[in-house]
Amino acid sequence: MEVLKLLKTAIILLLIFTLITGFIYPIVVTGVAQFLFPFQANGSLIKYHDKWIGSALIGQSFTDEAYFWGRPSPTQPFPYNAENSSGANMGPSNPDFLPMVKMRIALLQKNNPDKARMIPIDLITASGSGLDPEISPLAATYQAERIAKARKLDKEKILLLIQKLTKNRYLSVLGEPRINVLQLNLALDKL
Amino acid sequence: MTGNGILQIVLYFLIILACVKPLGWYIAKIYENKPCGLNQLLQPIERYIYKISGVQPTQEMGWKKYLYTMLVFNLCGLLAVYTLQRLQYYLPLNPQNFPAVLPDLSFNAAASFVTNTNWQSYSSENTLSYMTHMTALTVQNFLSAAAGMSLLMALIRSLVRHETNSLGNFWVDTVRGIIYILLPLSFILAIALSAQGVIQNFKPYQTIQLLQPIHYQKTKIDSLGNPFKDAKGNLIRETVKVTEQKIPMGPAASQIAIKQLGTNGGGFFNTNSAHPFENPTPLSNFLEMLAILLIPSALCYTFGLMINDKRQGWALFIAMSILFIPSVIITTYAEQKGNAALKYLGLNKTASSHFYSSGNMEGKETRFGIVNSALWTSATTATSNGSVNAMLDSFTPLGGLTPLWLMHSGEVIFGGVGSGLSGMLLLVIITVFAAGLMVGRTPEYLGKKIEPFEMKMATITVLIMPLIVLLLTAIALSTPKGISSIANPGAHGFTEVLYAFTSMGNNNGSAFSGLHANTPFYNIAGGMEMLFLRFWIAIPTLAIAGSLVRKKLIPANSGTLPTHTMLFIILLIGVTCMVSALSFFPSLALGPIVEHLMLGG
Repeated sequence: MEVLKLLKTAIILLLIFTLITGFIYPIVVTGVAQFLFPFQANGSLIKYHDKWIGSALIGQSFTDEAYFWGRPSPTQPFPYNAENSSGANMGPSNPDFLPMVKMRIALLQKNNPDKARMIPIDLITASGSGLDPEISPLAATYQAERIAKARKLDKEKILLLIQKLTKNRYLSVLGEPRINVLQLNLALDKL
Repeated sequence: MTGNGILQIVLYFLIILACVKPLGWYIAKIYENKPCGLNQLLQPIERYIYKISGVQPTQEMGWKKYLYTMLVFNLCGLLAVYTLQRLQYYLPLNPQNFPAVLPDLSFNAAASFVTNTNWQSYSSENTLSYMTHMTALTVQNFLSAAAGMSLLMALIRSLVRHETNSLGNFWVDTVRGIIYILLPLSFILAIALSAQGVIQNFKPYQTIQLLQPIHYQKTKIDSLGNPFKDAKGNLIRETVKVTEQKIPMGPAASQIAIKQLGTNGGGFFNTNSAHPFENPTPLSNFLEMLAILLIPSALCYTFGLMINDKRQGWALFIAMSILFIPSVIITTYAEQKGNAALKYLGLNKTASSHFYSSGNMEGKETRFGIVNSALWTSATTATSNGSVNAMLDSFTPLGGLTPLWLMHSGEVIFGGVGSGLSGMLLLVIITVFAAGLMVGRTPEYLGKKIEPFEMKMATITVLIMPLIVLLLTAIALSTPKGISSIANPGAHGFTEVLYAFTSMGNNNGSAFSGLHANTPFYNIAGGMEMLFLRFWIAIPTLAIAGSLVRKKLIPANSGTLPTHTMLFIILLIGVTCMVSALSFFPSLALGPIVEHLMLGG
């Protein structure tokens, strides 16, 4: 009898907490978030020419020489597949890692002939999520010459754009300085 | 490391330190059933819950009753999480029409969430429905965290009370822990996170047009899924053009808030807190890092208040901090130094506050850089949180060794909410006993005599974890099913397996996620390990509580070893390090240390 009573209490309490923490809590949070921060709560989606063209938080793959490139993405089956976030999980001593990095370096050097050395590490290493929307300001500056040439623009103009779109640390302290690749490329198209 | 990096780490500690006292005070009031400021609002709800569930809030429980109640409650939770996953196809709030989760994975996830481990064998955004996230995972995030705190309260009461059997009421502790502590804090954090860009909605996945289409190669298959082959038998490749991206959606913020506060750590997305929708900005990252350490550190102060000697609480807090801070420094240093294998490739190695973080960026996000990834990693493995904002598998050997060591210490350096401090108190018992033997006096702690029974039980809890972890690692490494999941060859592959069983055995949940853990072997072995260690350790812990609470309080005399002095703190740290070092040093030497030497770090 004792056990049955215990079991009954356990089941009732489980149901109550499923109701409170499993339904009421997420629904109330959704309500408040949708009311106060609808843009953020719905994925920070951006519109361009009346079309949804991406999320400010999810990276996209760029390989065209007239666009800024982001971090290499290991998601399957194609890069920046938002339905399947994943890191590369390459161990530092993995024998495949070094050749892979060398290949990325060679590609960068081929496309940025003025910058054979001093390659920014974020351009040759995969991000944690495979969807990293950002690169370091240094990685953007690194590509400026190539983009200026491909778009037949003044390099100074590109550098100015990078400076303008660089996001600084929060309160000058938290995080790292960075720049959003999709927003940068949209701004390029608008130039 | 740049000056700014040091500033971020210091700032983090200062804010945690500032929160310890007020939150610790608040938690003590909740479990002592005293007015706390939210009573008028929440007490009617609390009373109503007792009324419909038939709980008698004034009825006290002995240690056995407390234990049974906890086990039965968790068993119900286990069955519920399993069933919800198996039935998810037929349940609402499944806009992507995900099929039922496979049995071995459902079992692993159920064990994982009920035990506060939150090991993530599943790839969330293409496996679990919103319904499963809300009613199975989020609910257990609350319940398992509250259960950990309840267990701690029973242990603390056994030191406060004397010559009685009663340790409190498990139902009351759990209900109060959720509605007064976890729910309000989670609500505030969830709203703050959604302001930063963590999604919170019930929409189906959204399709957007890519700015630049993607072309990729794949094997051509016919309508039955068989690959086409040319005359020579080679597979035919075709180029596929992708013009759209599918952006996942869902109620993420509400789950992430409690996942961090309750030291749970199971993500809404596959890549956990590295995913931009779980952790979009440096501020969200900072808030989530604070949430990881918030309750475990505040509980030290709660302990001091409840036993009416704050110095004892601070002594434990200091011991934990002394073990924690060097781990942060080592991880940050190793990651900032970078991967020795890439030394001569012509990379830019000058970190600068304004442009570039440099260091080992493989598996790390740009917005977090080196410092925030290393700090997060230390915090998440010191506590039993286990969420990750960078891929630990790609850390340098020494950067990956520290999180492994932090877990090997038994999750007592802050540890899980409740379970961490309980574990530390057991180590205190061992320390008191060892010190008593050294000076030839009867060991006692806070006026309670520590006798062979307590010592035996404490030893069981401390030794069972290394035994199971090492045994399972050995089994995995000597069976084809265990080895075939390894992603990185050599010493690193060994570390992957050791890390997996260490993480599950200590109810942490972080991973060297290259390991393909979603196989029946790892799902079932890991699931059993999580359940066994969480609940097996609960038994001797509560048995100690049951024994201590019956004892008389002896007033301190000249022969009593004071347990709040620096001397005792050093002894405690020594015992903590010794227990983990003796058990695990050989395995660390085979894994990360060999790898470090091979890379010529």
